[in-house]
Amino acid sequence: METQTIATQEISEAAKQAVEPKELTGSAAVLEAMIAEGVTTIFGYPGGAIMPIYDALFDYADKLEHILVRHEQGGIHAAQGFARTSGKVGVAFATSGPGATNLVTGLADAQIDSTPVVCITGQVFAHLLGTDAFQETDVINITAPITKWNYQVTDATEIPEVLAKAFYIAKSGRPGPVLIDITKNAQVQKFQFKGYTPCNHIRSYRPKPIVRPQYIQAAAELINSAKKPFILFGQGVILGGAEKEFQAFVEKSGIPAAWTVLGAGAIPTDHPLNVGMLGMHGNYGPNVLTNSCDVLIAIGMRFDDRVTGRLDKYAKQAKVVHLDIDPAEIDKNVKATVPVWGDCKETLPLLTALVEQRTFPEWHQQFKDHTKEEIDLVIQNELNPTTDEMTMGEVIKYLNELTHGDAVVVTDVGQHQMVACRYSRFNKTRSNVTSGGLGTMGFALPAAIGAKFGAPDREVVAIIGDGGFQMTLQELGTIMQEQTNVKIVILNNNFLGMVRQWQELFNQRRYSFVDMQSPNFVKLAEAYGIEGFSVKDRKDLVGALKQMIEHKGPYLLEVMVTKENNVFPMVPQGCSVAEIRLK
Amino acid sequence: MSHEEEKKEFNITVYTENQIGLLNRIAIIFTRRKINIDSLNTSPSEVGSVHRFNIVITETEDVVRKLCRQIEKQVEVLKAYYHTNDDVIWQELALYKLSTDVIAEKVSVERLLRENGARTVAIRKDYTVFETTGHREETDNLLTVLQPYGLIEFVRSARVAIIKDSEGFNSKLREFERLEPGEEVIENEFLNDADKVFTM
Repeated sequence: METQTIATQEISEAAKQAVEPKELTGSAAVLEAMIAEGVTTIFGYPGGAIMPIYDALFDYADKLEHILVRHEQGGIHAAQGFARTSGKVGVAFATSGPGATNLVTGLADAQIDSTPVVCITGQVFAHLLGTDAFQETDVINITAPITKWNYQVTDATEIPEVLAKAFYIAKSGRPGPVLIDITKNAQVQKFQFKGYTPCNHIRSYRPKPIVRPQYIQAAAELINSAKKPFILFGQGVILGGAEKEFQAFVEKSGIPAAWTVLGAGAIPTDHPLNVGMLGMHGNYGPNVLTNSCDVLIAIGMRFDDRVTGRLDKYAKQAKVVHLDIDPAEIDKNVKATVPVWGDCKETLPLLTALVEQRTFPEWHQQFKDHTKEEIDLVIQNELNPTTDEMTMGEVIKYLNELTHGDAVVVTDVGQHQMVACRYSRFNKTRSNVTSGGLGTMGFALPAAIGAKFGAPDREVVAIIGDGGFQMTLQELGTIMQEQTNVKIVILNNNFLGMVRQWQELFNQRRYSFVDMQSPNFVKLAEAYGIEGFSVKDRKDLVGALKQMIEHKGPYLLEVMVTKENNVFPMVPQGCSVAEIRLK
Repeated sequence: MSHEEEKKEFNITVYTENQIGLLNRIAIIFTRRKINIDSLNTSPSEVGSVHRFNIVITETEDVVRKLCRQIEKQVEVLKAYYHTNDDVIWQELALYKLSTDVIAEKVSVERLLRENGARTVAIRKDYTVFETTGHREETDNLLTVLQPYGLIEFVRSARVAIIKDSEGFNSKLREFERLEPGEEVIENEFLNDADKVFTM
C-alpha cells in the first residue's frame, strides 16, 4: 500500500508542474505519462514503427529503466510477472506488425488472469493505415477480444488523456490488459503538452459496483445458519489487496477455506483454516467436500471449469454466496443464492461484522480425514518416494525447506505447475506467479524476470518443465544482460508430461508426440554466462538446491525426474469434483 | 439448465459512447459463442453523444442475460438491456423494386398498397419502389405478394425497437449526461489529408 501512496504523490507532483505548457513530441509525452504514473520499469523491444519512442527513451534513461527482452512475448510476460509481484501496472513496448502480434499470447493471458498491463505498440503512419504498409497489422481488431480496452492514437494531442485512461482502466475494478497503438506520425508530432492529469473517472465505466447492504445482510444470515459452510477464495482477494480483511473473515467465521491456483498465498499455506487447493489437481478434501457443504462462499473467484469439474454435478446441494467485483461473473457458471457485488476489500469487513464467531470441529475433522487419506495414498509417495528416481514433489519439498516458504514461485504450465502449486509453501501474498486461465507454456521464464523486478528483495524461483522452457528460452539472453537474480529449476522428465499423463489415462497409452528431446540445458546456460548444474541422483539434490539458492546471481538447475509419474489427485474431465481420483 | 430453456427472439438495447471499434467489441461477444446476430442497428439516442445499438438474436434468456453483462463490461458501454418482443414496440422497414410495366399491367396497386399498409416511394419509367414498415410477417407478407411479379430488388432494414417501459433508463441516461457531457469522437483527420502529413 505504501507504494501506491508514493505513486499518488508522484502523480500530484506531476499535476502541479502541469501549469506551464511546453512543446513536446508525442513520444516524450508517452514517457512523461509513464513517469507521472509511477512507472519505473519497461519491458520492450524496439522496431521501425516505435523508433521515435525509443529515441525519446534515450533521454529518459535516468528516470525509466528499460529491459531489452529477446522476444515481445517475453516482454509482456515479464510485464505480467512484474504486475503480479508488485501489484503495480506492468508496461511493455513493442513495434507494429510482428512486434504487436507477438504480444497476443501475453494479452490473452493477462486478460483471463486479470493482470494489469499497459502495452504501447508503434503503428505505421496514419495515412498508411489500411494500405498493407510495411509491418502494418490491425492490432486494435486483433486484440479487441483479449484486452480490457484498446485505443489507436493518430494525433499526439490525444496522448496524455489516452495514457491516463489506459492506466486507470488497467488497474481499476477487475484489472486487465490495455493496449495503446500509436501511429508514427503521432509519435513525432510536436504539440503543447499541458501536463498530465491522471484519470479517475470515465462516465461509461463503473469499475466497482455499489455495495448493497441488504445483500451483505442476506449473505451473513445464510452463513450464520450454515452447518457446513465452505469458503473458496481466488485471486480477487489478492488483486483487491484484501488479504487482511479476508483473514479476519476466515478467522472470525471459523470456516474452512480452500484456494484456486491464483488465490494461493492470499492466506498462508500453513494457516489452520486453510484446507488446501481446489480444482482438477487440487486436494482431496476440498474437492470431495464441495459436494457436501451446505453453504458455499466464493470470494474473488470465477468457478473456472478446472475448478468445478462437471457443472451440473457441482455443489448442487449448497446455497451459494458469491462475492465478486465483476457483475458478469455472478451466475455465469454457478448460480448464486446471494450475490455480493463489490470490491471484497469493502464487502468482507461488512460481512465479517455480521457473521457469528464459530468453530466447526466436526466439519474440519472431515477435511482432516480426507487429508490423511490423501497423504497416505498420494502425498507420501510424491514427497518421500521410495523409488530410485526423483519426483517433482520432493524437489518442491526441499525448496520449501531452503526458502522457508518466503520465495516467489513462478511456474509454467503442466505437471510441474500442478505439483509446485500443490506442494509449495506460501507464507506471503503475491508469491505464486503462474499462468492460470490461459495455461501458457513459456510463461515462466520471462515472467520470473518481471517478478524479480517487481519484487527485487524477494527470492524468485522459476520452476519450469523441459517443454515450456524451450518455448521461451531466448529470455536467458535478457537474464544474462541484466544479471537478473532468478533461480531456474527445470524439472526434466523428457516428456510433455501432462499430455502424456492424459494419453496414459484416457488414450490407452498412445504416446502421440510427447517424447521430447532436450538440449544440454547446463551448457545452454553456460553459453549465456549463467551458472548451472544438472542433478541426476537423489544424493546430490539438496546440495544442488542449496548451492543454487546461495549463488549470487542467476542460476539454472536441471533435475532429472522420473519419466512417467502422474499428478494425483485428479478430477478427470467430465467428472464431478466428488469423483476425484487418488490413483 | 439453460439448454432445456426455450430459445426465442430477444431485443438487446445497448447505450454506448460513440467510439471507433466498439461495434467490433460488441459483435465479438456474440461471435465468440457462435451466436448469429439476426439484426443490428446503431443510431443516436435521445441523449446527445450517447449512441444506441438495437441487436436481435435468438437465444435462451439465460445466455442473453450473460451476454448483456459481458457487453456492459466494455469500458465504453453505459448500459445493456434485453427484452422479449412483447416488451418492445418494434418496426422494420422494407423496400421493394418492381418493373413499372409489370405493375401497370398486372398489379392492382391501389388494393395492394392498402392491404399491406405500403406506399409508393418512387415511380420511374422503368421501375417502381414500394415501401412498408412493420413487423417481420408484414414485410414478409408483401414480399410473398410481389414475388410473382418479378421482384427486381428487395431489402429490409435492421430492427429498431423502443422499450415499452423506457422512462427508467432515460432519466438515468440524462443523469450520466448532466454529470459529464460526452465529447464527439475525433475522426482520423489524416486519412483524407495525406499531403499534409510527414511521410517516410
